[in-house]
Amino acid sequence: MKELVVISGKGGTGKTSILAAFASLAKGKVLCDADVDAADLHLIMDPQISERHDFESGHTAIINQDKCTRCDLCRGLCRWNAISDDFVVDSIACEGCGVCRYFCPEEAIEFPLSTCGEWFISETRFGPMAHARLGIAEENSGKLVVLIRQVGKKLAEEKNLNLLLTDGPPGIGCPVIASLGGATAVLIVTEPTVSGRHDMERVAELAAFFKVPGMVCVNKFDLNPDQGRAIEDFARERQIRVMGRIPFDPVFTRAMVQAKTIFEYDGNSAAAGAVKKIWEDVAQHLDI
Amino acid sequence: MIISIASGKGGTGKTTVATNLAVSLGSGVQLLDCDVEEPNAHLFIHPLIEEVKIIATPVPEVDMDKCTLCKKCAEICQFKAIVVLGKTVLSFHELCHSCGGCMEVCPEKAISEVGRELGLIERGHMDGLEFVHGRLRVGEAMSPPLIRAVKEFTRLGGLTIIDAPPGTSCPVIASMKGSDFVLLVTEPTPFGLHDLKLAVGATRMLGIPCGLVINCSDIGDDQVSTYARTEDIPVLMEIPFDRRIAETYSRGQMIVEVMPEWKVRFQRLYHRIEKIVDLKGSMA
Repeated sequence: MKELVVISGKGGTGKTSILAAFASLAKGKVLCDADVDAADLHLIMDPQISERHDFESGHTAIINQDKCTRCDLCRGLCRWNAISDDFVVDSIACEGCGVCRYFCPEEAIEFPLSTCGEWFISETRFGPMAHARLGIAEENSGKLVVLIRQVGKKLAEEKNLNLLLTDGPPGIGCPVIASLGGATAVLIVTEPTVSGRHDMERVAELAAFFKVPGMVCVNKFDLNPDQGRAIEDFARERQIRVMGRIPFDPVFTRAMVQAKTIFEYDGNSAAAGAVKKIWEDVAQHLDI
Repeated sequence: MIISIASGKGGTGKTTVATNLAVSLGSGVQLLDCDVEEPNAHLFIHPLIEEVKIIATPVPEVDMDKCTLCKKCAEICQFKAIVVLGKTVLSFHELCHSCGGCMEVCPEKAISEVGRELGLIERGHMDGLEFVHGRLRVGEAMSPPLIRAVKEFTRLGGLTIIDAPPGTSCPVIASMKGSDFVLLVTEPTPFGLHDLKLAVGATRMLGIPCGLVINCSDIGDDQVSTYARTEDIPVLMEIPFDRRIAETYSRGQMIVEVMPEWKVRFQRLYHRIEKIVDLKGSMA
C-alpha cells in the first residue's frame, strides 16, 4: 500500500482543496484527514459516519480538596505552574506528568485518563475516510495523527485498496512529524510568497530529516512567478520533484462554498486542468 | 496590553495583520512571533538582530555508577522517555517533557539534567519596534516550551503584539495565554468559519475577549458575518480581496508601506481593541 501525505509548512496554501481534488481523480483509495487540530476535509467530503470513537490519551491531575493538607509539596514540584494558591489544578496548564500525584503524601491527587478528542470511520462519495477531531486546547495531537493514519491503513487493507491519501497538518512540529513516519512520499503544496518559500524550505528539510521522498507544487503560481521559480529551483537543488504549477483561481473558493471538489464544480477551469496533470504525474511517480 | 493574533485556519492573514498593526502604531511596540514552527513576521519586518539565544529544555542523564536499576524513574515517567532494559537505563530525550520527575524520584541521586536544544530565539528591532521570534529546530516536536521562552521577553506595561501559530491545540494556547485580547483573523469561507469557531472556543476557554478581522471579505459567503452577529463577536476590520495586497505580501512588503492609506485603518483597529479591553477592565 502507498500513502501520499499532503503537507505545506505554511497554512492556507490550498492543501486540503488540492487533496479533495485528488479524491475526485484517484481510484481505489482511502481518504485520511490527519490535520486533527483544524480538520476541514470533511467540509467537502460530507462523510457519513459509520464508527465514532473517543480518543483517550494522557492524564490530568485533580486535587481532592477533602484530602489535601495544603503542604505545598506539589506546587514546588510542578514545573508548569499548573497548581493555584488554593490548590486547584489548571487543566489547560497541566502537562499530565503525574509528578504531583506521585509525591503527594496524602494521596490526594487523582489522575484520570483524558478524553482529548474523537475519531471516525466514514463513507464518502469518493470512498472510505478516516478522520478525527482533537478537542480545543488539547494535547497529544501527534498521537491522534499516528492513530488516524493507522486507522486509514487498516481500512485500506480491509477493503483491498492500495492508496491512502492523507491531508497533513501545517507547521513542522509534533503533528507534522507524526504524519511523516512511514509515508511513501509527501507532496508539499506551497505558494509563491516569501512566507510560502521560507516555510516550504523548513518542511522540506523536515521531510529529508525523516527520509521521506518529497514532491512540491506551487499553487497560485502567477501571483509572483519569480518567487514561484525560485521555489522550484530550490526544490530541484534538494532532489525534490517539482510537480507543476497551479494558477491563482477563485474556483477553489467557489467550489469550497458549495462543498464540492474543483472537478465537481468546474472541471474545465484552469486550476482543474493543472491539478489533473499534477495528479497524473504524482500517480505515475508513486506507481499506482 | 498584550494582543494575540490567531486564526484557527492557517493562511488567513495573521502575520499580515500582526506586522501591519505593529508598524502602524509607531515606536515602543513589541512584536513577538510565537509561530515558532514557521515564523514569518521577520520576512516583512526585516529586523536588525541584536541577540541570539539557544533555548534548551532539561532532559535526564543517568550516572550508571550510581544507578541501582530500581526502575523508579521508569515508573514515574508518563511519556516512556526513560526505561530500564537489562543492566542499562535508556533515556529517549525526544520523548521527554522535562517534568523532572525521574530526577526527583531517584533515591541514588543518579540523575542529572542536560539540555535538549529546542531551537533559538532572535531578538532585535526595526526603528522603534522591538522584535522577538523563536525558531524551532527542524526535527524537534515540542514547540510550547520555546513559545513560552519567547513570551518571557514580554515587556509589561507596554504594548505587545503576539503572532500566534494556526490551530487550536497546545502551541496556540501557549501563545494566547495571558493576553488581554485575541484578534482572530479569518476568511469568509466554510474552512475559515469552521476553524474560527474552534478558535473562538479556545479564547472562551481561556476567558479572553476576542474580535474579528475578516480578510478577503468579499470572497466566499456571508456565513462568517452571520456567525459573528449571532455570537456577538465584534468585526473590527474587513480587508477586501485585492490582488495588489496579495502581490505585496508575496514580495515580503507590508500593506502600509505600499498603500499608506491602510496605516490609519490599522490604528483605528487598535483603538477599537483598546476600547473593548478598557471597558472590560472597568467592568471587572
